[in-house]
Amino acid sequence: MTALIFVPNDTGACSLGADAVAAAIEATLAISRIDARVIRNGSRGAYALEPLVEVETTDGRFGFSRVEPHQVAGLFVAGVPDRRHPSCIGLVDDVPFLKRQTRLTFARAGLMDPLDLDAYRANGGFEGLARACTLTAAQIVDEVRISGLRGRGGAAFPAAVKWQTVLDAADPVKYVVCNADEGDSGTFADRLLIEADPFQLIEGMLIAAMATGATQGYVYLRSEYPRARDVLTRALVAARRAGVLGRDACGAGRAFDIDLRMGAGSYVCGEETSMLESIEGKRGLVRFKPPVPAVRGLFGKPTLIHNVLTLAAITTVLGRGGAAYAAFGTGRSRGTMPFQLGGNVANGGIVELPFGASVRSVLQEFGGGSRSGRPLRAVQIGGPLGAYLPPSLWDTPLDYEAFAAHSAMLGHGGIVAFDDTVDIGEQAQFAMQFCAHESCGKCTPCRIGSVRGVEVIERIRRGERTIENVALLEDLCQTMETGSLCALGGLTPMPVRSILKHFPGDLIPREDGSASK
Amino acid sequence: MSAVDHVHRDLGTPGSETDRSVCLTIDGIAVEAAEGTSVLRAALAAGIGIPKLCATDSLEPFGSCRVCLVEIQGRKGTPASCTTPVEAGMVVRTQTETLARVRKGVLELYISDHPLDCLTCAANGDCELQDVAGEVGLREVRYGMAGANHLAEPKDVSNPYLSFDPSKCIVCSRCVRACEETQGTFALTVAGRGFDSAIVASAADPFIDSECVSCGACVQACPTATLIDKSVVEHGQPDRVVKTTCAYCGVGCSLNAELKGDQLIRMEPDADGGANHGHACVKGRFAWGYATHRDRVLKPQVRERIDEPWREVSWDEAIDFAAQRFRAITDRYGRHAIGGISSSRCTNEEVFVVQKMVRAAFGNNNIDTCARVCHSPTGYGLKQTFGTSAGTQDFQSVDHADVVMVIGANPTDAHPVFASRLKRRLREGAQLIVADPRRIDLVRSAHVEASHHLQLRPGTNVALINALAHVVVTEGLVDEAFVDERCERESFERWRTFIAAQDHSPETAETFTGVPADELRLAARLYAGARNATIYYGLGVTEHSQGSTMVMGLANLAMATGHIGRDGVGVNPLRGQNNVQGACDMGSFPHELSGYRHISDDGVRGSFETRWHVHLDANPGLRIPNMLSQAIGGEFRGLFIQGEDLAQSDPNTQHVADALRSLDCLVVQDLFHNETSEFAHVFLPGTSFLEKDGTFTNAERRINRVRPVMAAKAGLSEWEAVSRLATAMGYPMHYDNAAQIMDEIAELTPTFRGVSFAKLDREGGMQWPVSDAASLGTRILHEDHFVRGKGEFILTRYVPTDERSNRRYPLLLTTGRILSQYNVGTQTRRTANIAWHARDVLEIHPHDAELRGIVDGDVVLLSSRKGSTTLAAHVTDRVTEGVVYTTFHHPGTAANVVTTENSDWATNCPEYKVTAVEVRPTNEPLGRDD
Repeated sequence: MTALIFVPNDTGACSLGADAVAAAIEATLAISRIDARVIRNGSRGAYALEPLVEVETTDGRFGFSRVEPHQVAGLFVAGVPDRRHPSCIGLVDDVPFLKRQTRLTFARAGLMDPLDLDAYRANGGFEGLARACTLTAAQIVDEVRISGLRGRGGAAFPAAVKWQTVLDAADPVKYVVCNADEGDSGTFADRLLIEADPFQLIEGMLIAAMATGATQGYVYLRSEYPRARDVLTRALVAARRAGVLGRDACGAGRAFDIDLRMGAGSYVCGEETSMLESIEGKRGLVRFKPPVPAVRGLFGKPTLIHNVLTLAAITTVLGRGGAAYAAFGTGRSRGTMPFQLGGNVANGGIVELPFGASVRSVLQEFGGGSRSGRPLRAVQIGGPLGAYLPPSLWDTPLDYEAFAAHSAMLGHGGIVAFDDTVDIGEQAQFAMQFCAHESCGKCTPCRIGSVRGVEVIERIRRGERTIENVALLEDLCQTMETGSLCALGGLTPMPVRSILKHFPGDLIPREDGSASK
Repeated sequence: MSAVDHVHRDLGTPGSETDRSVCLTIDGIAVEAAEGTSVLRAALAAGIGIPKLCATDSLEPFGSCRVCLVEIQGRKGTPASCTTPVEAGMVVRTQTETLARVRKGVLELYISDHPLDCLTCAANGDCELQDVAGEVGLREVRYGMAGANHLAEPKDVSNPYLSFDPSKCIVCSRCVRACEETQGTFALTVAGRGFDSAIVASAADPFIDSECVSCGACVQACPTATLIDKSVVEHGQPDRVVKTTCAYCGVGCSLNAELKGDQLIRMEPDADGGANHGHACVKGRFAWGYATHRDRVLKPQVRERIDEPWREVSWDEAIDFAAQRFRAITDRYGRHAIGGISSSRCTNEEVFVVQKMVRAAFGNNNIDTCARVCHSPTGYGLKQTFGTSAGTQDFQSVDHADVVMVIGANPTDAHPVFASRLKRRLREGAQLIVADPRRIDLVRSAHVEASHHLQLRPGTNVALINALAHVVVTEGLVDEAFVDERCERESFERWRTFIAAQDHSPETAETFTGVPADELRLAARLYAGARNATIYYGLGVTEHSQGSTMVMGLANLAMATGHIGRDGVGVNPLRGQNNVQGACDMGSFPHELSGYRHISDDGVRGSFETRWHVHLDANPGLRIPNMLSQAIGGEFRGLFIQGEDLAQSDPNTQHVADALRSLDCLVVQDLFHNETSEFAHVFLPGTSFLEKDGTFTNAERRINRVRPVMAAKAGLSEWEAVSRLATAMGYPMHYDNAAQIMDEIAELTPTFRGVSFAKLDREGGMQWPVSDAASLGTRILHEDHFVRGKGEFILTRYVPTDERSNRRYPLLLTTGRILSQYNVGTQTRRTANIAWHARDVLEIHPHDAELRGIVDGDVVLLSSRKGSTTLAAHVTDRVTEGVVYTTFHHPGTAANVVTTENSDWATNCPEYKVTAVEVRPTNEPLGRDD
């Protein structure tokens, strides 16, 4: 029997040398008599292990972590994986980082060639779609409602409300748009999912189309993801060839197809309305709401917009049933969330957990503490617009409402850890800088406010008239939060205020002019 | 604006069209507003103030400034009132502590990137930023002025009328949106993003070199001094307003002349203007400087012989001089030896007194009008088929059209304000068919593309329209119900048989027109199959030997498909001059009294005789071409010309000059000396539209008031001078004011019943017919039945023009207008508009150019069998092979040196649009220019 060797084709793994490793293995196989085949899978999302080479055996898949090309020849002894090799981590499924997770959305990630439709099917793919085919549109929306699924892009809006709105819209032309403009620093779940399991996204969009009556879908992918673009492009071709997409995609002669549209490097185009503008070929300028896109969205038509993770989760919601999905989680935060752990941690990567785990447990049990070995001092959760939280708040459960109570947010699930060398005052300034760099320029609070924010924080950090300037900064935060047109300007004050509240000494110098911590 | 008491109050967002209303509470006050109205508009209309910057009611809401935020009970946050529609039971608060803080915070941000030079700023007193800063109580800018800013950005003053100062820009995008929504040119955009967002014209070009068409909508929309009239920069804010009507094209825009003393500072289009709804173009808004140009003749002048110099005289002397000469002619040659020509540039009242003078004082019907050379076929053709010599719709009607056919018209250049409305409708999804020998801008421009461009050979209009009708008839696309109910069945059946014949098929037509038969069929189906399809046409239809036939062909097509008598349909002439419609209405034709009633009709004539206390000749008088030929023949010897440069604008210049030279007395009433006054014996100074008191009637039959912005510069109004001349001729004619003339018109003309200056001042412009039943006028004609009773189908056989290309003259010349210039340029050449069109050019296809060794910019000799002139060549594929095109705005071009004496068989409208010519490179200098 031909042995299967898996080497991820994931952007993260490849940045750590996976391509060279794969080439080395191919070269080794070519000159040895080993009857094996290399499969370029997606990543399992345990980045501390990458490049993670897996070899399928009758006992399961053995893993070799952080493999370098020169080690490749030594991974096999007499044609079988060398379990005593120093980089062998045993059965991959038993790796604690993975084993402790509750993988629903990322259950298939890393198991297979992402473009292998048969493998997708064999690993539970299309179960959700099959179930959806047995339901009416209204019943599908009911399943979504029962699941309690909320938008995973950051706003956590109840998905079923959007679905119902689009379903109820009388327009014969409707759209489903997947937002894959994953711009938050410290986030990578959308990319990893597309690179590892693109059919899940396609399946989720198909279910959404069946439920809402949409005939055309769009995926808006950020230009910084060339590999994801490549994988998704091929996946769409494969899906069309297999009839999954196309003239009879939704059954009963109902067509559905998906177009891939690329961004052009603008963060604010991840904001849903400016994303629509961008797809329409216009400048990425935020639209006012209402009308919400579900009523008047792409090309003025009712449009269901979801993040990659939300649409992917739909396959689980339908496959296992809304109630089964809702069984995970806590409070109003139901199901699982693929957190993305990064920054100064020992083990970064995807950590999919039911809502409710504590920040600390994620940092310790999965992250394994800081990478630098120094004490962790702060985490920023929810991307560049998320709050910086001090250790005293790390017992807060990962739950939308619990975070809101601390003027923080889960956002798209990015968790970035900092050790005690961090200059959090600089981070405050960075928050404003980020906003200034990414502002679309439409509304005044964001367009001018962010620039003034950078300047005021700089003055504060220099110790210039700190009392007046801190008061001005607080007023500015209020103006931006209350007055901005979209979440970019509206949320930029969140990290700044969290720093003013939790790390004031980092921002405001003491009398002697030195920053205190 | 605060300095001038504006008639129009800006309610922030456009009104809603529905008549359903909802009740809500704003600041404790119960407010009723139309469904779909914004909270902002509802509040402002109710007198509740909400500060705003990016919102203005001519543009869709944008929601960028974040100043008009409100709080709404039961809703999160502080929604912008401009983007939030009213809902029943909504409880809105516009003034809370949170709102006050955020508004002040936003203004503080604005001002942190704005020069603090209010006292010396041109917008001082007319600056919304200044006003709002005051409203919200901004007292300090705590950020200081040392941060990042745009204060050093350089001004762009390249445009002659407006300056662009980016340092004062608040990036509200009102200019960009006005350029898109109002004007439809898409010249302005925002470049960069975030703090670097900057307004740029085209690809950051200087305004003068950009795609900007200087309509001024951006200037009007700008809330600060960023985009501002240079005249305001120079003179300061105006302090009074006179509402009047533009005197350029037949759109007839309502304008607010804003003055300081009698210094006109700027023209702002009137938001309530029925024709233009707050929009204007580069001519109407900016090109009024000719009115005070040093070339204006302000004193009457006389001379015994045309080779003598002019002598300035008093009004009395000039009028006596003219009267004596005219009397001497009639004494010797009889009363038919003199006549008059009225001008489509003058008011209804001025025209009316001229034709009255001719009929009552001269004692003949030798009255014609310059409309003879433009839209006389419209009057004839539409009267024959529908019963009324006028377009069927108002401009607004195009908002309901699903298919628009533009034939022989170039609205973006010649009728720009209507073009903007049309383009908006096209952007909303209406489809466009263009029939024109030339690829006009409408065929393909920003966000507009014609579904079909029927690029026909000049002179083959009738073949084209017959082919379209043939498809309708032979493919079962006739609206039988409409024809049954509304049209003369017999005439229809005759026409149906006629048009169904194979010689009207698209395949046959293709051989004449050069338009592929398939394209003709598709266009016909599109027009016929539309829910609402409408036709707009211009001089490309009328100025042909078959001009009247073509107008009737259009009418036939509209009737056969039922596209008549409601919103969104109709047959609409785009009138070239401000008062072509009015001049025709006023009885300027030799055979017609006012309201298109034949002079031979005893009852009608009798009513005039009674009112005027004079006997009128029952026989029609001479048309312009007859006057000219009889002048050469010696029977016709005296002519009064009101405001028309016959020698330049009429065809076959040499023939016209010979005729004028033959006259014993030529009286010219005009603003400037011109080609015609070269042959005159008396020059009576005219009044510019800024000095006139009266009415213009635009292409939609709308009678609009023209009000004097300043006193008549030469001391007398034109109607006064004419009245005095008539009196001096022995027929006492006296009016205390122009209003009395309109009263007389209304009394004598059924379609003007009840019209008076007082009523127009009270109700605004109104479209004739005005009657007891329709006391505010009639938007759409022929709604229930045709004015003539049943619609008449008239057979329209295609007869090729005699003017054909041959070996000697292998090309066909056609003519047109450019946006910045107007007709023969008398006015526009005396304004800064000259910046855009310093000379006329001859457009020639690259293939034809190459055959003749002509490259772009070469001076070429353009010759016809009538004459020749020189022009600069512009090599372009806008024209097809075999066709050349020129504008005629500069006298030096002398385009009419080459045009022929061919004319419309019915009305003698000259065939300007087809002349067989040859083009050769030449070493001769460019045509004379003044």
